[in-house]
Amino acid sequence: MSEQFEPVIVGFLCNWCSYRAADLAGTARLHYAPNMRAIRVMCSGRVDPQFVLKALKEGADGVLIAGCHPGECHYVEGNIKALRRFILLKRMLAQLGVEEERVQLVWASASEGKILAEAVDKMTEQVRALGPLRWQETVLSGNGQWVEATPVLEEV
Amino acid sequence: MSEKVGVYICHCGTNISGTIDVEDVSVWAGEQENVEVARNYKFMCSSLGQDLIEEDIKEKGLTRVVVAACSPHMHEKTFRSACERAGLNPFLFEMANVREHDSWTTDDKKAATNKAKALVNGAVQRVVHHQPLELMPVEINPNTLIVGGGIAGISAALELANAGNHVYLVEREPSIGGHMAQLDKTFPTLDCSACILTPKMVEVGQHPNITLLTYSEVEKVDGYLGNFVVNVRKKARYVDEEHCTGCGICIEKCPFKVVDDVFEAGLGKRKVIYRPFPQAVPKYPVIDTENCVYFLRGKCKACQIFCPTEPNSIDFEQEDELLQLEVGNIIVATGYDLFDVGKIPQYGYGRLANVFTSLEFERMVNASGPTDGQVVLRDMETAPESVAIIHCVGSRDENYNEYCSKVCCMYSLKFAHLIHERLPDTEVYNCYIDMRTPGKGYEEFYRRLLNEGTHFIRGKVADVTDVARIPQEEGKIVVQVEDTLIGKQRRIPVDMVILSPAMEARHDSREITQLFKMGCDFDGFFVERHPKLDPVATMTEGVFIAGACQGPKDVPDTVSQGAAAAARVAGLINLGTVMVEPVRASINKEACSGCRICNNLCPYNAIIFHEDLEVSEVITALCQGCGTCVAACPSAAINGAHFTNDQVFSQIEGLLWDVRATNGQERKPEIVAA
Repeated sequence: MSEQFEPVIVGFLCNWCSYRAADLAGTARLHYAPNMRAIRVMCSGRVDPQFVLKALKEGADGVLIAGCHPGECHYVEGNIKALRRFILLKRMLAQLGVEEERVQLVWASASEGKILAEAVDKMTEQVRALGPLRWQETVLSGNGQWVEATPVLEEV
Repeated sequence: MSEKVGVYICHCGTNISGTIDVEDVSVWAGEQENVEVARNYKFMCSSLGQDLIEEDIKEKGLTRVVVAACSPHMHEKTFRSACERAGLNPFLFEMANVREHDSWTTDDKKAATNKAKALVNGAVQRVVHHQPLELMPVEINPNTLIVGGGIAGISAALELANAGNHVYLVEREPSIGGHMAQLDKTFPTLDCSACILTPKMVEVGQHPNITLLTYSEVEKVDGYLGNFVVNVRKKARYVDEEHCTGCGICIEKCPFKVVDDVFEAGLGKRKVIYRPFPQAVPKYPVIDTENCVYFLRGKCKACQIFCPTEPNSIDFEQEDELLQLEVGNIIVATGYDLFDVGKIPQYGYGRLANVFTSLEFERMVNASGPTDGQVVLRDMETAPESVAIIHCVGSRDENYNEYCSKVCCMYSLKFAHLIHERLPDTEVYNCYIDMRTPGKGYEEFYRRLLNEGTHFIRGKVADVTDVARIPQEEGKIVVQVEDTLIGKQRRIPVDMVILSPAMEARHDSREITQLFKMGCDFDGFFVERHPKLDPVATMTEGVFIAGACQGPKDVPDTVSQGAAAAARVAGLINLGTVMVEPVRASINKEACSGCRICNNLCPYNAIIFHEDLEVSEVITALCQGCGTCVAACPSAAINGAHFTNDQVFSQIEGLLWDVRATNGQERKPEIVAA
């Protein structure tokens, strides 16, 4: 067996749609990449951009945020807030040199186990192609020191 | 922080242990920081498994518990109760989902075991930061709102009202009854639909516990389980319900008629001031302002002139009434729409006069319908000598709806029977894909039809045309179908074609889901909490669904679902107070800068701003616990109970146990303000 890079992806799944979609994928025995490790949040709107940065900093190679389809949010419009933050966060990550594919947002309703499984598969392949994130070299300066000039994360 | 965590890994028979090396995971977990004991067991959810946890809490003094098993949606409650029985606050428990999210999704044992360790470690690290919480009591308002006055809404309303609870029944049309009121006979018993439905409608109309709001629509729903506030618009009927006796003289005297495309499916006409059908409940007529000459040109007033009541019941000045209802629970029973058969042009509806929809035919065979029960062609006098009934129009067809609409085979058989009954010499062809007759007495009904001389053709109809190829086809409608049982293409010349269209979700079902904060599936049908075990509840506490709005179904299924939803509501009313999860946000006044960013983010308007203190506050009763405000607060002043920043950050660290080391970086600088 040839050694291939196995990325680690942290998933933030909303309790009502995407976490249940992942449950359904399991119940239906849909096989997909075992690279995503899920964290349950009540709503994708709870996903603080700090969570994403923390996961990347702690060694994740990618972060998947999944929520209910727009208009179907259990909390009316939390997913729209998530989308808004996601767009801002993406711009910031681009400035930090983090590739676009590493942080993704998908919509999967409770009945869409297949969509979630496919999203994980696709993202795993994309991140595998990119290789490890190496936060230290990418975002921090080469010697591992915190650089004040990089966009100030506390403001997120 | 030092806690004593107990970790329990479930085998779930072989569901988990078949893929994950549970022994390895439990040994490994036992070596982690804070973990006091780690065990694996065949079935953690069994009473013996739960006993394990309880004993350890008591004997080893565990302060936190982690169970790695199935989804928390399955057994979180089970294990929380076990903790509670042993004297541990149930919120000091966390579940790691290693079945649905792990063992069932891969055959790679090594990867699955590694992922299980990550999920367990995430849970362990998270649970250390858990705080004891108490369930919150919520009082249940005993009144119930039922939306939709079809047979589902009627049966739910009667169940609740007969049990002594007050019900508001809101119906969009001027009368309750729904689709069932339009039907002639019900399969397979051939009961007259109106005969069995109208007594129930009358009961609803007269019930002291039911407030009937017809010609009304729900505009806004606020609140939460036990305490909903609902705005209803009662549209102006232009008839004073207090004084109208329902004598019908106004209807008689109204000089104008229009095509009734709602109740009579476009086949008959009605007056401009009208009752949809004679047995309508309530009996008060409605003025159709779009067609009323008085509203259009300011003249006529025949209805008012002839109204015999004192004072006069016709009120041209009447306005829409806005009502605000306070209810504890809501049952949504908004029914279905029929598939628009015009979307399949090759079936000729609208182009060929004698192609009918099932609903048109239903009205036609109805003794009180536009033809007094005569089966006739569009000219309203000639009886057809041959009829083709086409099943699955828009159902089981990937171009339209993939699902089976469940009732069409049975009512198509019923149509065949009714045609034989009324016109014994008429030939009837049923073109079906598969004959689906599961139900009590249904298969027997099919057998009966086989003996009545109906021609059954197994095949999907390709084309319905009036272009004749041979002289016998002149002046006929030709149904082109492959008879798959004899393997031949057939062209069947008939006088009349009846299309059996799919049952579809209401055209506005997506708006309805937004109103009631439910979900709907791809086809627009409302999503139940669990497809097998909880088919009438929704993801929103206190909102239930019944009838065809959840998926195609026949009358008996609809009635039982209505009753089931009513039983669920009655149970909640009976309790009076229910305990709900304390997953709520709260604001630390000391840290709040008064920036008010959170104020407008809250979809429930649960955050108020104190002008004097310049801080915001969450009204706990209104907060639903989504956490959007928590994520947005720039001062980290909002705490989302059970989903705190600490808890999520620790879970992230725990999940990444294997890569944190290889990532080769120090934990500092800490970029995150926890």
